[in-house]
Amino acid sequence: MGISIVIVILMKIHQSNSPVTVGLFVTCLADLIRPQVAFAAVSLLENAQCEVRVPRGQSCCGQPALNSGDRANSIEIAKQVITEFSDMDYVVVPSGSCADTLKNKYPALFTKDMHWARRAQTLADKTWELTKFLYEKIGLKEIDATLDGVCTYHDSCTGLRELSIYEQPRELLKQVKGLRLKELKDSNVCCGFGGLFSLKYPDISTHLVSDKCTEICNSDADMVLGGDLGCLLNIAGRLRRDNKKARVFHIAEVLAGMTDGPAIGEPEESE
Amino acid sequence: MSQISSIQRVEFQDRVRTALNDVNLQRAMAKAKSGFVDKRLEAKNALPEFDQIRDAARDIKDHVLSNLDTYLELYEEKVIENGGHVHWARDAEEACSIIAEICKASGARTVTKGKSMVSEEMYLNPALEAVGMEVVETDLGEYIVQLAGETPSHIIAPAVHKTREQITDLFHEHHSPLGYTDRVTQREALVNEARSVLRERFVSADVGITGANFLVAETGANVIVTNEGNGDLTSSLPKVHIVTAGIEKVIPSLEDLSVLLRVLARSATGQEFSAYTSIYSGPRRPEDGEGPEAYHVVLLDNGRSRMLGGDYQSMLRCIRCGACLNHCPVYGAIGGHAYGWIYPGPMGSVLTPLLNGFDSAVDLPNACTLNGRCKEVCPVRIPLSDLLLKHRTEQHERKLTSATSRWILNGWAWLVRRPRFYQAVMAIPLWTMNRVSRGSGGLRWIPFARGWTNTRDFPVPSRKSFLRQWHSKEKGHE
Repeated sequence: MGISIVIVILMKIHQSNSPVTVGLFVTCLADLIRPQVAFAAVSLLENAQCEVRVPRGQSCCGQPALNSGDRANSIEIAKQVITEFSDMDYVVVPSGSCADTLKNKYPALFTKDMHWARRAQTLADKTWELTKFLYEKIGLKEIDATLDGVCTYHDSCTGLRELSIYEQPRELLKQVKGLRLKELKDSNVCCGFGGLFSLKYPDISTHLVSDKCTEICNSDADMVLGGDLGCLLNIAGRLRRDNKKARVFHIAEVLAGMTDGPAIGEPEESE
Repeated sequence: MSQISSIQRVEFQDRVRTALNDVNLQRAMAKAKSGFVDKRLEAKNALPEFDQIRDAARDIKDHVLSNLDTYLELYEEKVIENGGHVHWARDAEEACSIIAEICKASGARTVTKGKSMVSEEMYLNPALEAVGMEVVETDLGEYIVQLAGETPSHIIAPAVHKTREQITDLFHEHHSPLGYTDRVTQREALVNEARSVLRERFVSADVGITGANFLVAETGANVIVTNEGNGDLTSSLPKVHIVTAGIEKVIPSLEDLSVLLRVLARSATGQEFSAYTSIYSGPRRPEDGEGPEAYHVVLLDNGRSRMLGGDYQSMLRCIRCGACLNHCPVYGAIGGHAYGWIYPGPMGSVLTPLLNGFDSAVDLPNACTLNGRCKEVCPVRIPLSDLLLKHRTEQHERKLTSATSRWILNGWAWLVRRPRFYQAVMAIPLWTMNRVSRGSGGLRWIPFARGWTNTRDFPVPSRKSFLRQWHSKEKGHE
């Protein structure tokens, strides 16, 4: 009896000393287009005493297949992600829509396969969107970042509606020195990205992103931030085409103090 | 099959382009946009238990749909008991011929109509005109649309796509011959002019046709909700009243009605209650001073019973409030007519393929960003965006999507499932894009992605992917 209590206590001590392992699901857009978002996520997680691992066998969460109604390919991609991240304590994703895919869409794919349904649910239960993880799970109180200027925030649809991400990024941004948040009118209205939608229905997509950019300009903010690269590439692409001044950053870059270089879509500095 | 879909795709894209370039439409839609949204939110916030009432409303509709046969038969029994007639129509054609027969049998010449989307679904107006009836829409929006020779572009605000100037022109053109020679431009004056023109039509009509927001099984009553009172004049002045409704409109009791009414107007217009909520339970009784001599209900199936028990049954909960249209960014951009059939917006994109056939509207479920705002605001919690995704799955499985897109998807998925090879292959476009962009930060043209680059820069990718950077760094440490 006494020994078992000692063992339990020793195990607890051991657990509390060993850092939690966080698997970073990089997302294909951060991986290919804006690696700095992933480096920022790593830095934030490491500062929060997490042991970050980046499984090599990852690529994309499968949204293009899922949102095209291609279940067969979605299932295969899901199985790969589930396997690749199976031994992590947590999986953190710097994107609301990709996090939602792991969290809510994968379990729904395996309605007839109990084994994989269970594994999908295990992954779902430990998957977090980055800002939600930092604010709710870690309880991040101090952020060592400075950025002078007025920023506004675009709430990406899936994070907002499926994962209830709204206050987390705002609370985290409050801790960035020099930064003032000015709310964007219609911040909860879609920017018109929608993944393949932006290529299949470019006219509608352009109309929506133009509306979004008009509001961004009306807000007079120096920067627009968000938690999903898809939306940010769309917004930055449109702002740049219209020669608008507002700079675009992923929130992770701001929180990690990685805003010295060019913003999304900006020319390289040496030029 | 794929040929059909490609033709329709072109048509849809054409309609979209026309809509986006239509200055009047864009002005009207921009004006309407925030009004509905803000008012709904205000009404929702003023009622703390709104979300619980939504749950209750959903449960009522679910209960009915699980016992639809029972409630429909109960309803029919009550209508007959009240002295009315119930007609069952399998499809639009059957419904039109039933209604035309009732009109002819009563010797009617003029028919007034209250707003009814189900009659639009039946193409009732042309069917009645074909048998010599004069049909007059009495809802102001429907009346405007009728004068313009169009169909409604919104299920509760039929003329939302029209500007006031366009309405002025229409009224001037059509009312001048009736003696209204002044060109009126103000909102109130326009309403008054329409009211006085319509007033005479109400009095002279032989048959009045209305829709129904609800059919109450326990009393055999139909309920209509309006803000103009036109439905009441249409129901009670002519000697024959015909109610048209889809079979899913039945609800068990007046108690249930009180729940559903509390979410309907709030979701639709942000009102606590519509100006007129009227309950009609049959023809004039001996002791009644007024009311129609005959009361008919035409219940339309038209594909609804096929949805029972299937993946899309929840769509039958719809109470036609229009909240999903009002909150849909795509609807706000292109208006209702671009959708191609009478039900636009998210509810229409789910319903149209179900009622008209999966290959009839391949674009609709795809022309959506899956932003989920429709699902968020639906008063009866229909998972609209999930149903749109379900449609896409259905299309993929039925091979209604183009062979090229399926081929590309398969190729991409094959690559994605081989991460190391994927990394190696993706290095090629990364390198190329960086070379081409010469540090400018944005690409102005990418082959096969002109839909993007015609109107937007494409932010230049990194020289080396994160995973390659990370893992070469890790190797370096080892």
